[in-house]
Amino acid sequence: MDTDAAGLGRGRAVAFTLPALVLIGVFLIFPAIWTIYLGLTDYRLTGLAAADPRLVGADNYTAALGDGRFRNSLWLTVQFVLGSAIIGQAGLGFALAWTMRDRRGPLRKVVEALVLLSWILPGSVVAFLWIALLDRDGGTLNTLLGTPGAAWLLDHPMLSIIVFNVWRGTAFSMMLYSAALENVPPSHLETARLAGASTFQQLRDVVLPRIKGHVLTNVLLTSLWTFNDFTPFLLTAGGPEGRSEILSVYIYNVALRDGQLGAGAAVSFLVLLINLVFALAYLRLLRDRREVPG
Amino acid sequence: MNLVRHVLGRIASAVFLAVVVSFFALPMLWLASAPFDAHPSVTASLPEFTLKNFRAILDNPYALGSIGNSVVQAGGAAVLVVVLAALAAYALSRVRVPGRDALLYVLLLLSSVVTGTAAMVPIFELASRLDLIDTHLGVVLTVSGGLLPAAIFILKDFMDATPTSYEESARVFGASPLQILRHIVVPLVRPGLATIAVWAVANVWSGFLLQYILLRDPDKSPGSVVLYTLYTEGGQPNLSLISTFSLLYSLPVVLMYLFVSSRYGFRFHGGIKR
Repeated sequence: MDTDAAGLGRGRAVAFTLPALVLIGVFLIFPAIWTIYLGLTDYRLTGLAAADPRLVGADNYTAALGDGRFRNSLWLTVQFVLGSAIIGQAGLGFALAWTMRDRRGPLRKVVEALVLLSWILPGSVVAFLWIALLDRDGGTLNTLLGTPGAAWLLDHPMLSIIVFNVWRGTAFSMMLYSAALENVPPSHLETARLAGASTFQQLRDVVLPRIKGHVLTNVLLTSLWTFNDFTPFLLTAGGPEGRSEILSVYIYNVALRDGQLGAGAAVSFLVLLINLVFALAYLRLLRDRREVPG
Repeated sequence: MNLVRHVLGRIASAVFLAVVVSFFALPMLWLASAPFDAHPSVTASLPEFTLKNFRAILDNPYALGSIGNSVVQAGGAAVLVVVLAALAAYALSRVRVPGRDALLYVLLLLSSVVTGTAAMVPIFELASRLDLIDTHLGVVLTVSGGLLPAAIFILKDFMDATPTSYEESARVFGASPLQILRHIVVPLVRPGLATIAVWAVANVWSGFLLQYILLRDPDKSPGSVVLYTLYTEGGQPNLSLISTFSLLYSLPVVLMYLFVSSRYGFRFHGGIKR
């Protein structure tokens, strides 16, 4: 709409837009560019005064690639995203939406309320809840599972943060799929069922073709968010011995705890590039879907 | 054969739902009961009702203060984001600026690419150089910079959808663009503004990384960070204190969601958080 009904004019339009653009420029665009520069330096934090940075070219990158700790961190991140975002949040979210698709009444309300509450609760609170539940000495989970003395966070740190992230993030997927499944005509499912199609065949042949776009959107977004999530730090701080040091925690530990700003910034830039791939794929998907009617 | 399959299916789905409901309910039941329990071991046992944990929170030097800090930071970010995004979205909706759509597209792309994880080093550096470490302002500005692109995008959609005839009449009667924005456009897009405000508050309220790196002083730290220091201090966590604080800290966002969804009827918005 370009009617300029309020008589803004170009000048005022720029004046109205500028404050937002300045803030975005300083606190969003500049950091992105500066992380590229910092990643090429040997910048170190000693006390609070930073030593003068020196350009060292690609040293940080070659050092990271040759470092077992970084490669381990990359592999743990893959496990974290696959396990908690794709299998966990998207998978469980779909299973929930599918199971509840034709249920109405109190059960549906209870499930929706519970899952949504898990999404609304602040991350720190959820982290604390899981620390308490997973506690070695009489934590509720050990009581329920009959595994007294099991130290989940120490012995299974990745499993712990994966379960934590599934608990926290499934709501988004569930709501997305609940909406998506409303686009699948029940009569088509009924026809397939009468023709003897198994649930798996119904899902593959009737449901999936209609919600493919939603699945892609879901997987891209939950993966992007999980990939950048820092809250697992609250549960394990990356330990024990780096066994749950996913990339976000690795960057924090290297750059801000150990003071190697340059080395941390280099890995940050890799994260930035991977985010860019996720985000471009997502925007591409949105554009494609808008062009396809229905 | 078909009947057997049907019955088995019903049983499987009932079992599945029961397991999932317990999975989601368990932590919440604990959150709801532990603060009122005189001896909150993490063991599942019948609570012995008490309110003295809330008394203990009032006496803790950082607990209440940190909620105050969260209010200041969340409120500051919400106001800044709503005001700046409304101004920008209005201008971008009503005036043709060359490259407008490309600009919005690039900004939106950047805001999901430049995350706390990808930018924590430069943001920490920038804040140290600008003397913003240990200030509420530092948190407010950093968070707002990240939220603004999506806020502008969403609000522009709302503004595009409002008719311009009122604005034209107001202009005829000599109202200035700012007056028109305040008295005509703002009331029309109020649900959009509420969405953005709630979204900003929820982001700050549950945000941890940026607050954790920008604030070292516990007197300035928000609840999300103080909660973490409460249970890492001295090894043995004080479960009564932390669980009570967790409940108090969660209530405002939960109430806010309930209030806004009843008032403006927006149900669950896809990307409302993060």
